[in-house]
Amino acid sequence: MKRGRSAPVQAPGKASTGIEGFDGLTAGGVPRGRTTLLLGGPGSGKTIFAAQFLMHGARHCKEPGIFVAFEESPKQIAANLSGFGWNLAQLQRSKLFFLDARPTAELIQSGTFDLGGMLAALGAKAKQMGARRIVFDALDIVLALLPNAALRRREVYRLHEWLLAQELTGIITAKSGGDEATSPGLQQFDFMQFMVDCAVILNHRVDQGVSQRNLRVQKYRGSSFSEDESPFVIGSTGFYVAVARKLGREDSLVTLERVSSGVARLDTMLGGGYYRGASILITGFPGTAKTTLSGAFAEAACKRGERTIFVSFDSDGSEVLRNLTSVGIHLGRFDKSGILRMVSARTITGSAETLLVRIKSLAQEHRARCVVIDPVSALAKSGNELTAHGVAERLIDWSKSAGVTLVCTSLIDETSSQPAGGTPLQISTMADTWIHLNYLVQAGERNRGMSIIKSRGTAHSNQVRELILSKSGVTIADIYTAGGEVLMGTLRWEKESAQRVADEVAEVAGKLRRVSLDAEEAVLEVRVKSLQTELMAKQVEKSLLDRTTQSREGELARGRTRMRELRGADAAATEVK
Amino acid sequence: MSRQRVYKLRLYVADHTQNSVQAEANLTAFCGEYLPGSHHIEVVDVLREPKRALADGIFMTPTLVVLAPAPIRRIVGTLNQTLTILQTLKLDAQAA
Repeated sequence: MKRGRSAPVQAPGKASTGIEGFDGLTAGGVPRGRTTLLLGGPGSGKTIFAAQFLMHGARHCKEPGIFVAFEESPKQIAANLSGFGWNLAQLQRSKLFFLDARPTAELIQSGTFDLGGMLAALGAKAKQMGARRIVFDALDIVLALLPNAALRRREVYRLHEWLLAQELTGIITAKSGGDEATSPGLQQFDFMQFMVDCAVILNHRVDQGVSQRNLRVQKYRGSSFSEDESPFVIGSTGFYVAVARKLGREDSLVTLERVSSGVARLDTMLGGGYYRGASILITGFPGTAKTTLSGAFAEAACKRGERTIFVSFDSDGSEVLRNLTSVGIHLGRFDKSGILRMVSARTITGSAETLLVRIKSLAQEHRARCVVIDPVSALAKSGNELTAHGVAERLIDWSKSAGVTLVCTSLIDETSSQPAGGTPLQISTMADTWIHLNYLVQAGERNRGMSIIKSRGTAHSNQVRELILSKSGVTIADIYTAGGEVLMGTLRWEKESAQRVADEVAEVAGKLRRVSLDAEEAVLEVRVKSLQTELMAKQVEKSLLDRTTQSREGELARGRTRMRELRGADAAATEVK
Repeated sequence: MSRQRVYKLRLYVADHTQNSVQAEANLTAFCGEYLPGSHHIEVVDVLREPKRALADGIFMTPTLVVLAPAPIRRIVGTLNQTLTILQTLKLDAQAA
């Protein structure tokens, strides 16, 4: 957010005010060499705005300035402003000049007067110190001394002409009852609004007991500007205007880089982890381990060496550290080394805007790359919800433009029956990744279920998992579904062990079967062998039979021949030989 | 009452603007009527001596500063209300 704007890159024709947000609102600042009217009720921050404009000019733009104080003494103003860490004394020598132009109490008035003397004196001073900026604080005080409107108008014109002639960039502050043109304070000096080139109205109202400051640019000749009311905060470093929709803001850079969620299996479920610069929302009922899950993220970030801020609205930083240690998340050492900053915002009250500004400035101070806000729904605890919604929007907008990975937890009303419906701040529609934690009460147990409702741009698991917290850390387990019911906790464990037993039985049975098959095989083999032996015996027997038959037949033949010989037969003698 | 007292008056004007010219005229007339021979008027033109005006804390013109007798008093404006000036200079009792 600060990038490219904190450096005094001056838009042509505009004088940067150094007020974060305002320069964005008006595309560069107040009109250079012209007059800007700053209207506001008591305590609306007119003097701070004007002083910051001068300070910024003197410090960063090489534009010395003059502060003409009609209401407070320069000493008072300097003391008041030192609270913002602005060292006026250092600048006062050459770059800033405070003129005490308060009408003194013993001032006696007789007839009309004009500001010619003051302007002449200021002209000489401006020339001497080379002033480029000038502030007339509470001009209404001196104008009120003039008897009628015509004379007041004449003096304002005189001032206006003088500013133009001197080519000074001027801010005139005056009291008004607010934005309503009907308020008597405004009516008195309403002509000023028509005369000046730029009019800014500061508002301070109380909404449901919470102070809410708004700023509105009423007119700005020759320039585009945001016409809506923008909330602003007077913070520890001065004026700060919250701008949600900057004119012509470039889109923030997106990256494919993933950062670990701190839970290995959750990373797998998300296809590698969260995207860097993404906004992650963790919703759930109280006690569903939202803080634990965000703590795991913080630990992973610190382990990577990324500066991290952990804002807790629920408990003290040390409490969070201790509680997280019980689930194996050790953030203490990172807190000591300074890489992690624990912020307890439990007791901080104020509008959501104030909280946002504080978080932002803390994050900028810490140069944080990862921010955890636990829970972000606390933003809506005071003030009106509409504003808080705007703040949540801006929080995400800011984290994206700053490239900060933001993990927010959000409490969901326990009575709401539809947990996936939404979050108090409607932040769920804006978050990139939404993880929902739920309780499942079953068989006398309360177990934590986790599911990823959405995760933009990343493939993610559709499965509900069981979130298990143990001394060694956070793990995720698959759950069983049996008969349409989801099993978690002990039931899951029982199911798991039953499965293990069944597996074992099956394995043993398999082994037994194999053994018996082996035996059968062996038997058969033996039988094959004996049969073969038998076969061979038969074959031998058969050949023996053949042979005996042959010899007998030979014997018989020979016998017949012999017999023929013996019988003296001759015919066969040759045959036998 | 001692009429010997000398009134030291300094009038800051802005050149010859209408208010300043009126104030100067009104002052001269006033002194002529109420302080004849016992006054001393110094006219300072802030356009010519802006640094002096700055140093003296003169922001509205015309401004009449009564330097003496003490205390120092300031009257802003065209000095068209004689009574106010008389009261300021504690001359009202005599005038009445």
